[in-house]
Amino acid sequence: MIAWTIYLTFAGAVVLLVFPDVVARWIALVTAIAGLVLGIVAFVRTPIADLAHFMTIVSVPWVPPLGMNYHLAVDGVSLTMVLVTGISAVSTVLFSWDVDHRQREFFFWLLLVVGGCYGVFLSADLFLLFAFYELVIVPKYFLIAIFGSTNKEYGAMKLTLYSFFGGMFVFAGILVAYATAGSLDLNQLAQFHFSPQLQSCAFPVLFLGFAVLAGIWPLHTWAPTGHVAAPTAGSMLLAGIVMKLGAYAGLRVAMNLFPEGFHAWSKWIAILAVIGIVYAAAVALRQHDLKFVIGYSSVSHMGFVLLGLATANALGVSGAVLQMFSHGVIAALLFAVAGRMLYRRTHTRELDALSEMNLSQALPFAAFTFVIASAASMGIPGFSGFAAEITILIGAWHTYPIAVWITGAGMVLVAAFTLRALIKSFFGEVHMQTGRVSTDADWHEQSITLAEKCGACLLMLATLAVGLYPKFLLDRIQPAVEAMRFLK
Amino acid sequence: MKSVASTTSYLELLRLASPEAIVVISALVVLTIGLMSGRATVVAGVSPAKPPTGAAGIRPSRTSTVWCSLVAGLGIVIAIAAVLMLPRNTNPFGGMLVITPLTSLFKIICLGLALFTVCLARSERSLRDPGEYLAIILLATVGLMLLVGSEELLMIFIGLELLGLSLYVMVAFDRTDVRSAEAGLKYFLFGSTSSAFTLFGISLIYGMSGSTGLAAISNKLAAAPVQPLLATGIIMTLIGFAFKIAAAPFHLWAPDAYQGSPIPSAAFIASGSKVASFVVLGKIVLVGFGPVHGNAGWHAMVAGWSPLLAVLAALSILIGNLVALAQINVRRLLAYSAVAHAGYTLLGLVAGSRDGFSATLFYAAVYAITLLGAFGVVAVVRSETGGDDLKDFSGLAGRAPLLAGCMAVFMLSLAGIPPLAGFFGKFYLFSAALRAGGNYGLLWLVALALFGSFVSLYYYLIVLKAIFVDQPSLTTASATAHSTPDLLQRITVSVLAAAILLLGLMPDTLAARILAAVS
Repeated sequence: MIAWTIYLTFAGAVVLLVFPDVVARWIALVTAIAGLVLGIVAFVRTPIADLAHFMTIVSVPWVPPLGMNYHLAVDGVSLTMVLVTGISAVSTVLFSWDVDHRQREFFFWLLLVVGGCYGVFLSADLFLLFAFYELVIVPKYFLIAIFGSTNKEYGAMKLTLYSFFGGMFVFAGILVAYATAGSLDLNQLAQFHFSPQLQSCAFPVLFLGFAVLAGIWPLHTWAPTGHVAAPTAGSMLLAGIVMKLGAYAGLRVAMNLFPEGFHAWSKWIAILAVIGIVYAAAVALRQHDLKFVIGYSSVSHMGFVLLGLATANALGVSGAVLQMFSHGVIAALLFAVAGRMLYRRTHTRELDALSEMNLSQALPFAAFTFVIASAASMGIPGFSGFAAEITILIGAWHTYPIAVWITGAGMVLVAAFTLRALIKSFFGEVHMQTGRVSTDADWHEQSITLAEKCGACLLMLATLAVGLYPKFLLDRIQPAVEAMRFLK
Repeated sequence: MKSVASTTSYLELLRLASPEAIVVISALVVLTIGLMSGRATVVAGVSPAKPPTGAAGIRPSRTSTVWCSLVAGLGIVIAIAAVLMLPRNTNPFGGMLVITPLTSLFKIICLGLALFTVCLARSERSLRDPGEYLAIILLATVGLMLLVGSEELLMIFIGLELLGLSLYVMVAFDRTDVRSAEAGLKYFLFGSTSSAFTLFGISLIYGMSGSTGLAAISNKLAAAPVQPLLATGIIMTLIGFAFKIAAAPFHLWAPDAYQGSPIPSAAFIASGSKVASFVVLGKIVLVGFGPVHGNAGWHAMVAGWSPLLAVLAALSILIGNLVALAQINVRRLLAYSAVAHAGYTLLGLVAGSRDGFSATLFYAAVYAITLLGAFGVVAVVRSETGGDDLKDFSGLAGRAPLLAGCMAVFMLSLAGIPPLAGFFGKFYLFSAALRAGGNYGLLWLVALALFGSFVSLYYYLIVLKAIFVDQPSLTTASATAHSTPDLLQRITVSVLAAAILLLGLMPDTLAARILAAVS
C-alpha cells in the first residue's frame, strides 16, 4: 500500500498538467495529503516486528536479461523517511499557495521531486534507486531557475551540476558493484561478499557521491547558494528531503554493500562531519542574509547526520536517521518563515533591515513560529532536534570521544547563530520614529494566511511530537538499523 | 559467386530483396510525380542564409508535395510489412544478402526512421523540389537496408556508397543557402576520402584473406597470424566507418553538415545513417575481425581493433563534450554532442561481448530516435523564428508548451536522465563495458564516459534554460506572431518523444529483442 505514495504523486504530477492553472495547487495539495496519509497509516498499522528487515512490498521483473527488477521494500528507516517526505510535501504545497505564474509547471516539478524522493526511500533495487535518485536532480533545476530569486540561474546550475557530479561517482560505484556481484537487488547484494580490497576502493567513491547531496564538507557549497536562490518551496524541499536522499542512500547502499570499506573509512567521514558542523556554524554566524544563515545551518545539521552514520553503532546510526527526520521538519519550518512569511511581505532578507521593522509586533504568528523553529534547531529539550542530536552524541561517545567534545563546542556556535538570527529578524531594537513600519504598507496589510498557518502548525506539531516522544520513531528505526550488515 | 547464382533462382532473390525493391519502386514513383507536377523555377544563385519566407510563388503546388510524401510514406510502410513477411533466417547468397532476426529488426528500425524523416521533410518549407528530395531519401534508405542486411564487404561497400552519394546530395540540397553548399562540399570531400580508405582497406583484406565474406575472413584470421598488410587493411576499413559515425578525429565534417544542411537531411544523417553504420561496424569487427579483437584493458593492452576503437571512443567523448560546451547554435551543439555520443556508443563494441553489441545497438537506436525528434523541434523553431541559435529558442515554453516539453525529453534523454531511454541506454552500455573487460580493465574508459556525461548535462541544460527560463527576445516574439502551427510536424515530434519515454520506462521491449537477435 505504501508503494502508492509513488504512483499517486507521479499521477498527480501528470494529471495537473491537463487541468487549468487555477486548480493546479489543489491537485498538488490533494496528492501531497494522500501521500502523507498513506505514510501515517502504514506507519501506524505495520507491526513493529515487520519493520526490522527490508520487507518486500512489490517485486516485478523489469529488464530480466540484466537482472533489473521493479522491487520496492520497506523497513523502519525507509518508513520514517517516507513520513518526513509526506510532511514536507504537504507543508511545501501549503507554503507555495501564492505562486502566481506558471502554476502547473511549478507544481509539476515539485511533485516530481517529491515522487522521486518517495521512490528512493522505497527502492530495493540498485538500478531503480539510482533512477529515482537522478530523477530528482533536474526538476530542482527548473524549480529554482524559473521560480527562484537572488542569483537564481547561477544557484540552480551550481546545485544541479554538484548533484550530477556526485551522481557520476554513484554511477561508477553502482557499476562496479553490479559488474562484480552480477545482481542489482539490494538484499542480495547485502549478502554478497566483496573482496576487502575492492570494498576499500569502492566505498569512498560511492559514499562520497551520495554525500555530495547530503552536503558533506568541503562539497557543501552548492547548498547555501542553492537554498538562497530557490523559491521557498524549493528551499523547503531541498533542505527538508533532498539532502536526506544522500544520507539515506549512503546508509542503505554504500554502508550496507561495503561494510569493510565503511569501517576502513568511517574515521575520515567522522572528521569531515565534525569539520562540517563547526565550520558551517561559524560561517552562519557571519551571514547577513537570513536565508544564508539557514542554508549554512542546514549544512551544520547534516554534519550531525554524517557523524551519526560514521559512529558505526546502532545508537549513533539510529540517531542519524532521527536527525534526518528532525532536520527535515525544522529546516522546512525555518525556510518557510524566512522565505515566505517574511520575504513575501518585507521583500528583504537582510538581517539589518529586518531588525528595524519591529516584526514581532507586525507578524506575531511568524515570530512565534520562528521561535519554535529556532528552539528546535538549537536543540532545546522537548523538540526533535534535541532527541536526535543527543542520541548521535551518545553513539559517538563510544567511538570518537574527541569528536563529541569538538561537536559540543560547535553546538554553542549553532545556538549563537540561531539566537543572533532570531533576535535580529524579529526582536531588533525598534526605531518607531524612523517611520518605516507605518509608511511601508506593502507588507503590513497582509496578515499570515490560513495556508501558511496550516503548514507551519503541521511542521511544529511534527517536531514537538517527536521531541516529546522520540520512542515512537526510534522503536521502528533501531531494529531496522540493527539488522543492517555493517553492524555485524 | 557463380555456384551461388546457379543454385538459386532470381525469383528467390527478388522475393528476399522485396523490401529494398519496394522502396526503390516508390522512389521512382515519387520522382515521376515530382517531375510531372513541374519543376520549380528558381533563380540559381547563392544568397545569404535567410529563411525562405513568402516563397510560395516559386514552390511547386501543395498537392504534389502531399502526393509525393504520401507515396513515399506508403512505400516505406509496405516495405516494413514485406520485411515482416520474409523468412526469419536465411543466407542463400554467401553473405551478400542475409536475413536474420537482427537484420530484420534493424531494417524495420531504419525504415521507421526514414518514415519520420519523410514526415519532417513534408513540413520543410525550404525544399524546392520535394519529389527529388523524397526520392533521394528513399534511395538512401535502400543504402541503409543493404548495409544492415549484408555480411559481405563488397555489398557493404555498395551500400555505403549508395548511402553516401544520396546524403551528399541531400546535404547540398538547399540551393539558396551558401551554408548548405559548403556543408555539402565538406561532407563530400571528407566522405569520398574516407570511402577511398575503406575501399583500399577492403582490397587489402581481400588480397590477404582471399575472400570478401565476413565469415571467411574470420576463419582466415583465426588460422594465420596477422601480417602487417592485413593490419593496415583493418585499420583503413575502420577509418572509413569512424568517418560515417563521426567519431573524433574524423568528425570535422559533422558540425557544418548538421548546421548547414536542410534539417531533414541533418536528421537523417544523425539517425538512420548512424544506426546502420553501427550495425555494420559491429558486424565487421565482431564477425569479420573477431579473432583479432585485442584488449583495451588498462593493464592488459593487447594490439587489435578494440584498443583502436577505445582510443577513438575516448577522443570522441572528450572532444565532443568539451567543444559542445562553447556552442551557441543548437544544431552545431547537437553535432558535437553527436561526436560524444558516437564515443559512448563505441564502448559496447570495445567490450566486444554479446551484451556489449546489443547495448551499442540499443543506444544507437535510441539516439537516432532522440536526434530525429530534436531536429523536428529545431525545424519548427527555425520556420517560426528564422534561426536556430540558442536565442531563437528563448521562451519556447511560453509559445509552444508541447514542443518545449518534447525538447526537454530529448535533451534530458541525451544527458542520461531517468526515466528516459538514454538513461537506461547508458547504464546498459557502461555496465556491459565494465563486465566485459575482465578485472575492470575498461574502467578507465567507463570513467571517462561518466565524466563526459557529467559535462554534457551542462550544455543540454543551457538549451533547456533558453527554452524554459529565458524571456523571449523582441524579434523572436514578433516573428512568431503570424506563424501557423504545422500539425504533422507536431505529431511527429510528440510520437518520437513518447517513444523515448516509453523506451525508458519499459526498455525491455526493445532491449530484449535486440539481445535475442544478437547471438
